[in-house]
Amino acid sequence: MELTSLSALELGKKIKSGEVGVVEATKASLENIEKYDSTYNCYVTVCKEEALKRAEEVQKLISDDTLTSPLAGVPVGVKDNMCTKGIQTSCGSKMLSNFKPTYTSTAVQKLEDAGAVILGKLNMDEFAMGSTSETSFFGATKNPWNIDRVPGGSSGGSAAAVAAEEAFCTLGSDTGGSIRQPAAFCGVTGLKPTYGAVSRYGLVAYASSLDQIGPMGKNVEDVAEVFSTIMGHDPKDSTSVKQDAKKFVLDNNIKGMKIGIPTNYFRKGLDPEVKESILASAKVLEGMGAVVEEFEMPALDYAIPAYYIIACAEASSNLSRYDGIKYGYSAENFDGLVDLYFKSRSEGFGEEVKRRCLIGAFVLSSGYYDAYYKKALQVKAVIKKSFDDAFEKYDVILTPTAPTTALKMGENLSDPLKMYLGDIYTVSVNLAGLPGLVVPCGFDKEGLPIGMQLIGKPFGEDTLLNAGFAFQSTTDYHTKKPVLKSGKEA
Amino acid sequence: MEFETVMGLEVHVELSTKTKIFCSCTTEFGGDPNTHVCEVCTGMPGTLPVLNEQVVEYAIRTGLATNCEITQYNKFDRKNYFYPDLPKAYQVSQLYLPICRNGHIDIEVNGVKKSIGIHEIHMEEDAGKLIHDPWDDCTLVDYNRCGVPLLEIVSEPDFRSGEEVIAYLTKLKQILQYIDVSDCKMEQGSMRADVNLSVRPFGQDEYGTRTEMKNINSFKAIARAIEGERARQIELITEGKKVVQETRRWDDNKGSSFAMRSKENAQDYRYFPEPDLVPIEISDEWIERVRKSLPELPTEKKERYMKEYKLPEYDVDIITGTKALVKIFEEANAVCNNPKEVSNWIMVEVLRLASETNTDPDDISFDPKNLGVLINLVKNGVVNRNTAKEEVLAKMFSDNVEPEQYIKDNNLQMVSDDSLVRDIVTSVIAANPNSIEQYKEGNEKVVKFLMGQSMKQLKGKANPAVVTKVLEEELAKL
Repeated sequence: MELTSLSALELGKKIKSGEVGVVEATKASLENIEKYDSTYNCYVTVCKEEALKRAEEVQKLISDDTLTSPLAGVPVGVKDNMCTKGIQTSCGSKMLSNFKPTYTSTAVQKLEDAGAVILGKLNMDEFAMGSTSETSFFGATKNPWNIDRVPGGSSGGSAAAVAAEEAFCTLGSDTGGSIRQPAAFCGVTGLKPTYGAVSRYGLVAYASSLDQIGPMGKNVEDVAEVFSTIMGHDPKDSTSVKQDAKKFVLDNNIKGMKIGIPTNYFRKGLDPEVKESILASAKVLEGMGAVVEEFEMPALDYAIPAYYIIACAEASSNLSRYDGIKYGYSAENFDGLVDLYFKSRSEGFGEEVKRRCLIGAFVLSSGYYDAYYKKALQVKAVIKKSFDDAFEKYDVILTPTAPTTALKMGENLSDPLKMYLGDIYTVSVNLAGLPGLVVPCGFDKEGLPIGMQLIGKPFGEDTLLNAGFAFQSTTDYHTKKPVLKSGKEA
Repeated sequence: MEFETVMGLEVHVELSTKTKIFCSCTTEFGGDPNTHVCEVCTGMPGTLPVLNEQVVEYAIRTGLATNCEITQYNKFDRKNYFYPDLPKAYQVSQLYLPICRNGHIDIEVNGVKKSIGIHEIHMEEDAGKLIHDPWDDCTLVDYNRCGVPLLEIVSEPDFRSGEEVIAYLTKLKQILQYIDVSDCKMEQGSMRADVNLSVRPFGQDEYGTRTEMKNINSFKAIARAIEGERARQIELITEGKKVVQETRRWDDNKGSSFAMRSKENAQDYRYFPEPDLVPIEISDEWIERVRKSLPELPTEKKERYMKEYKLPEYDVDIITGTKALVKIFEEANAVCNNPKEVSNWIMVEVLRLASETNTDPDDISFDPKNLGVLINLVKNGVVNRNTAKEEVLAKMFSDNVEPEQYIKDNNLQMVSDDSLVRDIVTSVIAANPNSIEQYKEGNEKVVKFLMGQSMKQLKGKANPAVVTKVLEEELAKL
């Protein structure tokens, strides 16, 4: 078995026992990046020298027992919207293509403190706006299962890097499905934690009330370990919840676990093969002793408009700071202050970012606020309430992650509305601030992965992880690997 | 036609917390440009604000001192606009749920008492400063002030004259200084006022169209701006023209205002709740704790001084009007327990020295306890009153000397030794035979001259009562 095919925890064990060296593991990942990344374009920045230097340091710290984390020495990748001191943090945008932060985000710092070796920064939709990873200024990322398909987005680089074995595990961020949908498209495991479980300090904001950092990996155990490492209260993030990090002892006994399936998620628009696969997975869980039941959640039908209003409103404000003056892209020829703003932003942002900033500015404008933004907040409250009601009856809610498997490249780029509708199963989770876990649960006729989504109560990640762990202990979808193509072969 | 002026004020006050509102950078005034900054207050991507709880405490204190209701569940909102001094392109402020509402401040103008309503007080962050460099013809930004906590105190449109505005601002400044939330230094920009002004014919109920004059930075300039703007609006109306709702800038040097932007071009700030901060919940206990910690406020103090110390209203007004003078008064009185004397010394001597040396009362640096010590020394006959005023207090004022030590070191003790005084007096009598002749002829005025000569010989250090007594005895012997 190739070293890079190990899971993060398997590698961690071998490093701890001395069977594998940290430098050796790091080199193996870097070799895969060198071999495959010209095909898949997972990375915006590869930090080869920094990673090798850090690998040597970490090796010493492991050898003298200073570092004892199960992730010590494991090479990982980080989505390019998390600040890394002195290393370009572009958010997939021309606007920040020359931006090197002066500090490191809390989540990345926690991973580094545990001894993980950062290989580089992963590609993404520009400012995390998109669900295909095609809107990146640095070119589209490709799906390792089929290079004519998108990896999903916006954390497409984070998902594809795990699938292409260019990192043992990665960090992504999820505002409306940006960890879960690419995890489903690339056949990897991804967790969007409860809002407030992981510090957002250093995560370049898209929509502050919805953004959440989370782990992506080869299986539930890896994802649980990374989550355990990055979670916990951060005094630098007022919205991070006051709870300590905890270890997850996974248990595949799900006897009596109550699983609800919202029937309105299984009607029109859902690809039949995806539907079949999700319902079959429900049977698997039922076979393990879970109690599966169908129910209606009508409020979910309003999730997409509410999500796009809130997310765009916040984005329009969050992205206003990119004005060409302090850092980032600045137009060269301009006539006065307003022209500098106008040109820098016109030239520095891509289409989708501009579209969302315009929508956001519109819905917040005087005279429209009540009709749009305020209404959307009301819908958000209704959705939250209907989840609360559902969790009175169920421990976990099972849904599809996306209406289809991975789309063809370019298919959605020309039709933003179609792209927005593709987020139907994921955005309500962000609106309600809940945790969502995606695990691979099948393949369509073309061999593209299908992922199911498990939604949990606030801070109910342990239940979700147990359900996912139980599923992976009786299925092998998560162990399937795409046939990778090096640059020449592609 | 007679016109009535209607005004409302928006006062911005920089709070004197040690650190900024959302990060731990210092709020200290000055410093080299962009040295009191960090990732957070310069709005670097990915940074998040964390609220400085002291700001909330100061806001509650201000609200209670101005008779406001405290909003126990309040939130921050974002006010969005592009400007280079605002690094996030939004200001974190409070629109929907400000921390204080429905308060009032009582003022008195020409003996007439009036209550000015406070519509609301909200917390917000200050912006940076733009500095134009004429040499290179470019504009530079200094972010040191970014994130310094501000309170915006919005009054009701209750003012009808410039005097009322100045009385309100004076009172507001006193209160804020008393409760230690701001130094209110207008020249450093830690207190800034915007005036909303309209005029209407007397008797009319509806308000006229108002203009707003921004950032006027002294009380005198505010008085002039009000007078100028009032005249301008009345002239427009009298000429049959219309007042345009707009923001105007008052140029105090030119004595006129000019339009900055009209309502049509007014910014749409696209306010919405700040998602990076959690709502602030203020418990009853917190409010009560702050209420109990409030010091005596100017009005209460004034009344007490008049009642308890029987001091004249004029003197009390001046002393209680400035926190620094209150401190001098109270600390000196604690030492000598002689309120009348302390008040007189402050009113006459301390304020004279302050005005001679052009010193703001806030910057008086002697230890107030030493004024009490000095008053005791005079009372106990250790030092002559004139010497105490002219020499000792002046030296305390300039160099903060200890009065007892200074008197000793410079040999300024009063001479009460009769024999020494008698020697001097007899020598003065001997040296002025002409005067003695006149005295014998019944000219009493000569006694004063001889007294003065004796005091001069004694270098002003003698107790005048003793000198008078000895002189009278010696003259009687003649």
